[in-house]
Amino acid sequence: MNEINEFLRNLLFLPKQASEYARSIDHLHFFVFVSSMIGAWTVVATTLVFIVRYRRRRALQTTEHVDPKPIQEAVFVGVPLALFLAFFAIGYPQYVTLQTPPKDASDVYVMAKKWMWKFAYPGGPNSTDVLRVPVGRPIRLLLTSRDVIHSFFVPALRLKQDVLPGRYTQTWFQASEPGRYPIFCAEYCGLGHSAMLGELVVMPAGEFDSWMEQQRRTNHAAAQDEQPIASEDVDFRGNLLEQGRRVAVVQGCFKCHSVDGSQHVGPTWLDLYNRKVKLEDGRSVVADEAYLTRSMMEPNAEIVAGYKPVMPTFQGKLSAPEAAAIVEFIKSLRTDAATPEPQKGPIYVPVSGK
Amino acid sequence: MPTEAAATPQLAHHFPSLEAQEHAARMGMWLFLATEILLFTVLFTAYAVYRFLFPTGFEDASKFAHVALGATNTVVLITSSLTVALAIYYARQGESRKTVALLAVTIAFGAAFLVLKGFEYHDHFVEGQLPGRYYHFEGLSGPGVSMYFTLYFLMTGLHGLHVVVGMGVLTWVAVRAARGDFSRSYSTPVELGGLYWHLVDLIWIFLFPLFYLL
Amino acid sequence: MTYNSPNYLNAEKGLRSWFLTLDHKRIAVMYLVLVVAAFALGGFFAMLIRLELLTPGPTIMDAMTYNRMFTLHGVIMIFLFMIPAIPSIFGNFLLPLMLGAEDVAFPRINLFTVYLYLIGAAIAVWGMIQGGTFYTPYSTTTVTTVAPVLLGAFILGMGSVLTGLNFIVTIHTLRAPGLTWMRLPLFVWAMYATSVIQVLATPVLGMTLLLVAVEKAFGFGIFDPARGGDPILFQHLFWFYSHPAVYIMVLPAMAVVSEVVQAFARKNIFGYKAVAFSSLGIAFVGFFVWGHHLFTSGQSTFASGIFGVLSMFVGIFTAIKVFNWTATLYKGAIHVAAPFVYFLGFLYFLMFGGLTGIALSTVSLDVHWQDTYFVVAHFHFIMVGATIMAFLAGLHYWWPKMFGRMYSERWALAAAVLVILGFNATFIPQFLLGNMGMPRRYYSYPEQFWSLNVASTAGASLLAFGFLIVLAYLVVSLVNGRVAGPNPWGSRGYEWNTPSPPSVLNFPETPTITRSAHDYQDALEGEVTHAH
Repeated sequence: MNEINEFLRNLLFLPKQASEYARSIDHLHFFVFVSSMIGAWTVVATTLVFIVRYRRRRALQTTEHVDPKPIQEAVFVGVPLALFLAFFAIGYPQYVTLQTPPKDASDVYVMAKKWMWKFAYPGGPNSTDVLRVPVGRPIRLLLTSRDVIHSFFVPALRLKQDVLPGRYTQTWFQASEPGRYPIFCAEYCGLGHSAMLGELVVMPAGEFDSWMEQQRRTNHAAAQDEQPIASEDVDFRGNLLEQGRRVAVVQGCFKCHSVDGSQHVGPTWLDLYNRKVKLEDGRSVVADEAYLTRSMMEPNAEIVAGYKPVMPTFQGKLSAPEAAAIVEFIKSLRTDAATPEPQKGPIYVPVSGK
Repeated sequence: MPTEAAATPQLAHHFPSLEAQEHAARMGMWLFLATEILLFTVLFTAYAVYRFLFPTGFEDASKFAHVALGATNTVVLITSSLTVALAIYYARQGESRKTVALLAVTIAFGAAFLVLKGFEYHDHFVEGQLPGRYYHFEGLSGPGVSMYFTLYFLMTGLHGLHVVVGMGVLTWVAVRAARGDFSRSYSTPVELGGLYWHLVDLIWIFLFPLFYLL
Repeated sequence: MTYNSPNYLNAEKGLRSWFLTLDHKRIAVMYLVLVVAAFALGGFFAMLIRLELLTPGPTIMDAMTYNRMFTLHGVIMIFLFMIPAIPSIFGNFLLPLMLGAEDVAFPRINLFTVYLYLIGAAIAVWGMIQGGTFYTPYSTTTVTTVAPVLLGAFILGMGSVLTGLNFIVTIHTLRAPGLTWMRLPLFVWAMYATSVIQVLATPVLGMTLLLVAVEKAFGFGIFDPARGGDPILFQHLFWFYSHPAVYIMVLPAMAVVSEVVQAFARKNIFGYKAVAFSSLGIAFVGFFVWGHHLFTSGQSTFASGIFGVLSMFVGIFTAIKVFNWTATLYKGAIHVAAPFVYFLGFLYFLMFGGLTGIALSTVSLDVHWQDTYFVVAHFHFIMVGATIMAFLAGLHYWWPKMFGRMYSERWALAAAVLVILGFNATFIPQFLLGNMGMPRRYYSYPEQFWSLNVASTAGASLLAFGFLIVLAYLVVSLVNGRVAGPNPWGSRGYEWNTPSPPSVLNFPETPTITRSAHDYQDALEGEVTHAH
């Protein structure tokens, strides 16, 4: 059985089956491929036989008027339809599985931006372009984009999920084979689209655990990062929100910004996210991720009306993951915890798929 | 006053009869109207999606729609559909003068519609109730509010454009009627122009409740 | 064998008589020139793409230029070739002839569409020098000048809508006496279904592109998440048109081959009603499957399920046709000439390509294949393998009718073999690249994809060479070709009841139709053909 699997996998140039569900997906693929080939080549053979058998013998040869019998039409429709529906009947439940993370999956946050992948483990390190996961444990990815639509694609896992700005999408997998596997971006996003490569490193569970321990202890960007940014010093306790709050404490944000709505040197963070703010120059902007990030990097570019331009820049002081964590923290500061508008996707709790 | 006999069009060589030609013209116009409806369907779909996503935002924003002006405009357009229908009736009777007069009234109603719309737009401009990034109305903010105005301007704007086109079409038809081109046996262009005008009216009848009443 | 003269080509002379013509046949010939020029241009950009992909890194251009290349190739091929080709050339030329009419319902609108094509094409190509993709928010937030492309596409769309509208009215109102719906040539049925899609779907695209342009220009935020907009709404609106659009591209191909198979097998179609109505079925169900382009977009699993299962049904209508075309060969009297060779190519590639479409609709499999070269190979199998083969089949079948001359059969068969081989060599490696995981629109790629890319480029060169040979002998035939006579193939299609090339007004008087078009049971008095 395994030989057939390997034979067909190689015949079809499919990558290694590195996730638990990759095998079943490939088996369906083989079934579709083989049955399609049988059907199609039968038709080809039939046409060739007919061309020889019924070749024209005289210039104005007449032919019998042939009408279909109902049984023939029924077979010609019924057999392919049954086959196609069989494909669907197998594939759709597989798809539901792919879209439904198990409740005990560990989360990893993925942020796509032109043209790199950033990964953050709750309570763990951040990294760029390299994602380390343990074998045999379900991992849920929570993906968002900083700019345009990207798509997170790992052929070896048979996994793909579009990554959208302004909301989170999710996907999950359970790696079954240690190894290093390419990550591609599969949605055109600009000049660096084909260079937006990453690497999935699947480690034996024990190795992964020790690595994670080491990350939490040493507090340093590990050698796995390919593009270390200004400071990778992040406190690893707690989740992304917690991280954001701690970074804000460390960086002194609360000297000027309150979290309870009270007026202070800078605008309050309570209900700030997505609020329409009026700027000094009369324009209005929405305080979205982009605005909040820009305010940290170029604070005097778009000052809220009524406030003085006294905020220092944090360029070089905050790494991108840290800035992202602060933004996440600000997003969480709302007077009404229950959203009046419908959710735009899974938020932070293991859900059983939409 | 040209005689009826003179007012028959040339039968195009590829049609077997005048009836066939007129039947084809009508069918063509109905198909064209279908494409116009589909054009607006995209915007109605966007409206439905965003209304579903931002129910409170849309409800709050629609309080700033000028219901009185909108309702007046609705009456104006419905009345204009009546006048254009009467124009078609009289065209079929061969009464060119009444046809021209009724078409002129219809066009005037169209102009009145645009003038009232202009007042509305002016008001929204002044208040800062503008689409997307231009929205700066102090009195209301929140998710979905600027989207309401984006859709308002896009949909009523596109509709307004169609009103202008309709007025142009009816003007041309009126000129032909004044020249004596139509008679008992031939008045298809009046019908087709009237059909287009009815569509323009119909689209407004959908826009009005969606933006002013809900 | 006589060359009919005066005919529609030489009755009136001078550029004005062409540029202001109302004759559907002259309009068809003008479209032929424009569409073939567009195909050559789109093909040129395809060759540049394949050259760039010869090596993993930069080969002959930078990333920005590469972006422009695939944009130009895609938009030109789809909007300037695939959508207009068969309807505007063969639809225009043949519909009145097949219906026993003198012209289409609205000849002036017909002429107007030629100019819409020209103007739309010029604006779009000029704008595409910038490059990009239509998906928001990329298209609305980056430096790409998307507006001229959108405007050009809008204008082209208007032409498409008006052509469809014209054909629908023509088919309803200009049928000769005796030509009942059930006697209509299958070409007409498929063109009717195509026209319905053109009329209903194109306005949706037009409006959607207008919204993107407006958003790009004014920042209204319809698709911008920062202003509450939804980029996925764009995808839904875009694919609502673009999926039916692929049927605009393939139904006319099916129209052509139904005629070709009956003529070259000298046999009535197996299951006329099934073939006729399955065209309508494709048009109808085709409007409800657009979500199969959004399986990985984050749409709900429920929606994906509905779209997946409906996509299976749309595939069945094509399967019906494949079986019926094959069964038509049973008890036929088959003559293997160039049109028939292209018919076979069409049949096989439609089948294999269509099955990969079914495979893609099998939702879990699409997760791996979405946005990879597997999809590229799938749609090229249908667009090139099916539609272009059908276009060539039609071109060779009706060439003697349109121009009164035969081309060289030897060169035609040789070119057909080259085209078919080149096609396979180009696109089969791309299925494998997709399986390996190579994404679309990749300017540079990792080394493991190298050899298959080289194979694909080699195939593309062969394919291009084949097309050039076709162009060459067809052009030569206009000067040197043997005079064809009214019916060199001995076909019983209604359009062959005219001289070659046809006279300006098609028929001396309106014919009365008394039989189905392709019925070869009984000998026909006065039937004449070439002996090959």
